[in-house]
Amino acid sequence: MTGLFDDLRDLYQEVILDHGRKPRNFRRLDDADRTARGDNPMCGDRMELFLKMAPDGTIADAAFQGRGCAISMASASLMTDTVKGKTPAQAHAMSDGFRTLAMTGTCPECGGDIAEEMERLAPLSGVHDFPSRVKCATLAWHTLNAALDGQAKEASSE
Amino acid sequence: MDGHMAPVLDLAAIRADFPILSETVRGKRFTFLDSGASAQKPRQVIGAMVRMMEKAYANVHRGAYHMSEQATEAYEAARRAVQRFLNAGDEREIVFTGSSTNAINLVAHSYGRGVMKPGQAVVISEMEHHANLVPWQMLRDAHGIELRVCRITDAGELDMDDLAAKLADGKVGLVAVTHMSNVLGTVTPAERIARMAHEAGAKVLFDGSQAAVHRRVDVQALDADFYVFTGHKLYGPTGIGVLYAKAALLEAMPPFLGGGDMIAEVSFERSIWAPIPAKFEAGTPPIIEAIGLHAAIDYVEAIGMPAIEAHERALVDRAMARLPHIEGVTLLGRAQDRGGVFAFALDTAHAHDVATLLDRAGIAVRSGRHCAEPLHARFNVESTCRASFGLYTTPEEVDLLADALGQAREFFR
Ligand SMILES: Cc1ncc(COP(=O)(O)O)c(C=O)c1O
Repeated sequence: MTGLFDDLRDLYQEVILDHGRKPRNFRRLDDADRTARGDNPMCGDRMELFLKMAPDGTIADAAFQGRGCAISMASASLMTDTVKGKTPAQAHAMSDGFRTLAMTGTCPECGGDIAEEMERLAPLSGVHDFPSRVKCATLAWHTLNAALDGQAKEASSE
Repeated sequence: MDGHMAPVLDLAAIRADFPILSETVRGKRFTFLDSGASAQKPRQVIGAMVRMMEKAYANVHRGAYHMSEQATEAYEAARRAVQRFLNAGDEREIVFTGSSTNAINLVAHSYGRGVMKPGQAVVISEMEHHANLVPWQMLRDAHGIELRVCRITDAGELDMDDLAAKLADGKVGLVAVTHMSNVLGTVTPAERIARMAHEAGAKVLFDGSQAAVHRRVDVQALDADFYVFTGHKLYGPTGIGVLYAKAALLEAMPPFLGGGDMIAEVSFERSIWAPIPAKFEAGTPPIIEAIGLHAAIDYVEAIGMPAIEAHERALVDRAMARLPHIEGVTLLGRAQDRGGVFAFALDTAHAHDVATLLDRAGIAVRSGRHCAEPLHARFNVESTCRASFGLYTTPEEVDLLADALGQAREFFR
């Protein structure tokens, strides 16, 4: 419909627009075991991440609050959706994989027990064509790392 | 061009002077609406710098040989060009620095720590660029200076009643405010601010980084004590800025940086400072950049600052006739006296998403907080897009922006 911007549908796929408009898991977890803040000072993207850990050490629940562009909101929404039920090691592997995906557009090492989740994240791979936007997509994952590692300091994808 | 827009400038000829404007971006014409961040350079500036390097370059103030004498003469001619550009009374009142940021830090250091006394106050405003905020915070923390922040109104104008209140106790040593906001486009009533500051016993510094590009500045008419601007926004090169300061102030201030060129006499025991302005130009100065700045000043003066101002006024009128009426677009600030800088937000999309879309249409705007984070907090917005005009901006480009914004809003609905 909007001819001028048609070729941007690769970046702003329907999934992303949808998650950007209506982010999932967008709430505070009052009984969170781990929290972290993420900030992109340049863009004004800001988020707070909450994780609830299960007794077996997996991530029982993940939620976030914050403000940002469609890419960063969609990325946080998809991240919180896909890490539920994962061990911290798996979540770290997804985080590494996601960074490769966002920077190169593909992730050859994203197979194995995280293959299905990485498939769900694939719509965000379009950012690799937009160097100034890669950090919008990776902010949520940096924040996840900070929460899992229990770093007190603020995560930043600068 | 439309009938209601008198063609004050020969835009085709001007645009032909800027090689980069004929570049394409992703197959589209390059529509550059980010001159407020840094302006493009005309051939005249590029050529002057290349010519100097090819035919007349050597270090300045140092060699008793032909090339150095010639370079020194060119460097000092650039100083006189800046003196005329600002209508300063004396060429010794022009100090070359690396940028506006450097110039403000020089004042914060040499005037702030060297002349002001702990317990005195500096007044800034809510619409300052970080360059005119952070140096004063550093002065506050290092030297016991109080930092007062003058409010702005919802229209984005300086709240003059609040300024009077901030000055009332007579403790203010310096008022340091922008002459034109890099976000709101607001032009501040500099003459009146200077008068109020002086009546309260304070000196005044204007951050002219934006203003000096858009209208004629007369530091004597303003009665400015300090005035700073930066070369790269005035169609000149990066790496050069200007500090104008009244000679008596420069004489009273200790140097900022120590090194070569700023001393009259050095022994291991002590140094005697060089006379102004050399006292404030330690080390090898930005020589090639000064030659570029001179060419940039010649360039805008050949067109004429009044003509540039009239051209930009017409662009502002056109933008104001369109942007506020696009559904979902909110403009930050509605100052009466304003230049060609507009910050706006779109209801359906974040500033970064908007900028990415506009880029697809070949339109370059800035997105984020434009080095003015507290100002965005003041207006309760996370980030905005900013379009800013230069002397080469065409009315068609303003229309292109307005059309694209309407379509961008649809895209994200
Ligand atoms: C109002 C204002 N002040 C100061 C600056 C700093 O200029 P520079 O980065 O050249 O030092 C800018 C531009 O970035 C500006 O717009």
